[in-house]
Amino acid sequence: MNASVIIFYILSAFILGAALLAVTARKIFRSAIFLLFTLIGTAALFFWMGVEFVAAVQIIIYVGGIVVLIIFSIFLTQKSGDEMPKPLRKRSLFSILALVFGFAFAYQLIYEHEFGQIVHKSFDVKVTEIGTQMLSTKEYGFVLPFEVVSILLLASMIGCIVIAMKIKPTEEREIQ
Amino acid sequence: MSHYSYIVFVPLLPLVTFLILGLFGRKYFKIHSGSVGVVSLLISTILSFYTAYQYFFIDGKTNAVFQNIIALKYTWLQFSPNVSIDMGILLDPISVMMIVIVSFISLMVHIFSLGYMKGEERLATYYAFLSLFTFSMLGLVLSSNIFQIYMFWELVGISSFLLIGFFFEKPSAVAASKKAFIVTRFADFGFLVGILILAFYSGTLDFRRLIERLTSVQSTEFIQITSATFLGVSMLTWGLILVFIGGAGKSAMFPLHIWLPDAMEGPTPVSALIHAATMVVAGVYLVARLFPVFSIDLTALQIVTWVGSFSALFAAVIACTQTDIKRVLAFSTISQIGFMMFSLGVSKYGGENGLGFTGSMFHLFTHAFFKSLLFLGAGAVIHFAHSNDIKELGGLRKLMPVTHISFLIACLAIAGIPPFSGFFSKEDILLATYQSNKLIYGIAVLTSGLTAFYMFRLYYSIFWNKEIRIQETPHGEGTFSMKAPLIILSICTVLAGFVPISSWVTSDGAPLKSHINVGFSAFPVLMAAAGILLATYLYKTQNSRPQAIASALGSLYRAAYKKFYIDEVYLFITKKIIFNGIGRPAAWIDKNIVDGFMNLLATATAKLSAMIKGLQSGKVQNYALYFFGGIIGLALLFIYVFK
Amino acid sequence: MNEISITHILFVSTALFFIGMYGLFTRRNMITMLMAIELILNSVNINFVAFNKYLYPDKLDGVFFAIFVITIAAAEAALAIAIIINLYRSHDSIDVEDASELKY
Repeated sequence: MNASVIIFYILSAFILGAALLAVTARKIFRSAIFLLFTLIGTAALFFWMGVEFVAAVQIIIYVGGIVVLIIFSIFLTQKSGDEMPKPLRKRSLFSILALVFGFAFAYQLIYEHEFGQIVHKSFDVKVTEIGTQMLSTKEYGFVLPFEVVSILLLASMIGCIVIAMKIKPTEEREIQ
Repeated sequence: MSHYSYIVFVPLLPLVTFLILGLFGRKYFKIHSGSVGVVSLLISTILSFYTAYQYFFIDGKTNAVFQNIIALKYTWLQFSPNVSIDMGILLDPISVMMIVIVSFISLMVHIFSLGYMKGEERLATYYAFLSLFTFSMLGLVLSSNIFQIYMFWELVGISSFLLIGFFFEKPSAVAASKKAFIVTRFADFGFLVGILILAFYSGTLDFRRLIERLTSVQSTEFIQITSATFLGVSMLTWGLILVFIGGAGKSAMFPLHIWLPDAMEGPTPVSALIHAATMVVAGVYLVARLFPVFSIDLTALQIVTWVGSFSALFAAVIACTQTDIKRVLAFSTISQIGFMMFSLGVSKYGGENGLGFTGSMFHLFTHAFFKSLLFLGAGAVIHFAHSNDIKELGGLRKLMPVTHISFLIACLAIAGIPPFSGFFSKEDILLATYQSNKLIYGIAVLTSGLTAFYMFRLYYSIFWNKEIRIQETPHGEGTFSMKAPLIILSICTVLAGFVPISSWVTSDGAPLKSHINVGFSAFPVLMAAAGILLATYLYKTQNSRPQAIASALGSLYRAAYKKFYIDEVYLFITKKIIFNGIGRPAAWIDKNIVDGFMNLLATATAKLSAMIKGLQSGKVQNYALYFFGGIIGLALLFIYVFK
Repeated sequence: MNEISITHILFVSTALFFIGMYGLFTRRNMITMLMAIELILNSVNINFVAFNKYLYPDKLDGVFFAIFVITIAAAEAALAIAIIINLYRSHDSIDVEDASELKY
């Protein structure tokens, strides 16, 4: 039992605990903060696995981008401090049943699965390597998905603008 | 023969008129639709006269025999290398004669309608229908293909239906148009089956080839069609009888004549055009068109003869008792068409023996003029006096001089008094029957006596007899457009007998010498004169003698007045037997079993969907839950069951 | 630091996934449903990186996939929030129970 193992269990407990609180907290703002903790915990887990670049991206995009966005939208649509309504009893019962069953089933599969040869090799990800392969046009290069994702981002940006655009009352009447 | 290709405009002009008036007439030609119709038909008539001139006088003949000319041919539907439905124009003596009659009479009726239908709200529709009729009738007579004739046959039927029911506010007109349509439709079914039989055995639909194959005794087609039998009768006879049934339906031969008297509900000029001069002779025309084939099958010819002669006599008897002007004329039409039919029936193919054929065509020609004249005259009377019951009419001779004289001429013509046209044509018919069948001859002479009697009964009842009081109508006898056709047709009626039809229209194309035999003619003319004298005695002045004779004849008179209860028989068969015996059970099965099955399916579907529609709750999380359940289910299925 | 077997890491990610699912099924507020979806995506990311690290350490495919998932998650979150705001305008509420017009 060395330090890294202990760190892993602590991180795992932190992630799962924060996640549970995020989906059960009755106040939406708290829920968002717990989500933030979960994401940070996941980033720490990435650090622990040695992929610092992904961890950094996780922090920048999730924590710096998405959570901020969510918090803004909470401000736009909610009155802070209000408690959210309780979930429907019937539905939460059914979903807990389904999910416990699903979890047991999935973990059963994982547990029984023989994961071939575990390669004990240092897993060292260099950012230069990621960069080169990302823009490589040769075999195993990722330039095509990269471009596709760029187009996707552009399209979703335009889509967001169009969807959230305020329609003037006159135009609205025409549409209706 | 491309120099005849202009003939295509003869039927096409009325079609164009129909389209223009039908589509735009009520909006743009409210007043002028009549003149549009008249002008286009005038061109058509001139073209058809020119065709007749070119055909009969210039280049119709080779070796003194009139040829069949295919002026135009367009293969439309090719079923097999040999069988095709063509659209073509066939010129031979009868078709040329017919286009002249049809376009000329139609023109007269168009002109007459200018005055008769004045002020009619749907004038454009009326002229559109008239043009449609003219188009289809011209197409019918020019057809070069038996299926083409069938299509125009149906078109003629539909335009007749539209025109009979033109005053559709009147329930009687609606009923009459339906009756005409159903009865002729019923007969057309026979026609269609006949066409299929003939075409199946001869392997062609083209008239010329069909006639060629079915008349040469050695050809394989002929041997096949005569050796195949059904119920002991050869298929050739069946085919011809079925075709004749189609013709009999359109030509109102007994027992399919019931629609024609009712068809008089249509506007009177329409009756003159369709139900006197042109459409109703389509049956005669059809038999004449296939006459070479008919002439080698004696059974079919016998049927034609007997149906024709019986209808002639039967309708003449009924005509003596009717009191509605137009109905008298309608029965007279049936009777005269009967003459044409049995004249064809007693005829043989070729040479002197083909006199019956010539007589029939000649009678068709003259009949068109004097019968349309009679109808137009009747139209003028009805227009003037607003009544078509002869009991309410009388003494109109001074009020309507033009109508009076033209009506008298037409009556003399139909009675067969020389030198009017009817005399010549009837003479040919009587001579042909005399030579072949004395019994038919007796019937024919008796019928022509009756014809003279009922026509003059009608004439005296309208123009002499009692004096009726009619308030001065502002339009007088009629407009010029109504009088002009009467005058023109009167002249034609007088002169038509001198047209040398017998040297033009014969069964085999070779000219025939005309026969005027004073000794032979004397008897029929005397019969006709006797009929006229009897009518004069009974109807010239108002007296009680007709009443006395009617009551003396008792039930016979009543039966004839009721048209021998044929309508009642039809009604009994349809209403009591067909409706109750077939219609009701069929309706029950349709309603309860066919519909019931469909309703069951529909109800079951509706119930089922009502039961499961709750799943479609609109709540997105429920959907997500189902989705998740489905995924788990599929995963279980594929991991543990279908490994 | 290799004493942790891959199944432990997979346990964490699976648990995170089902926690996210629970949130998705029971939360009635659309923003919290969006958060639940982010949790699910995160568990997938953990999986990608873990498989890459433990099974194919000489390749980078898992890392790339994680990066792309993060990118797409960002785009998806932005779109979802646009939709939520639009829904809020038309319904004055972002409770999914209130937006159930699309039914039988």
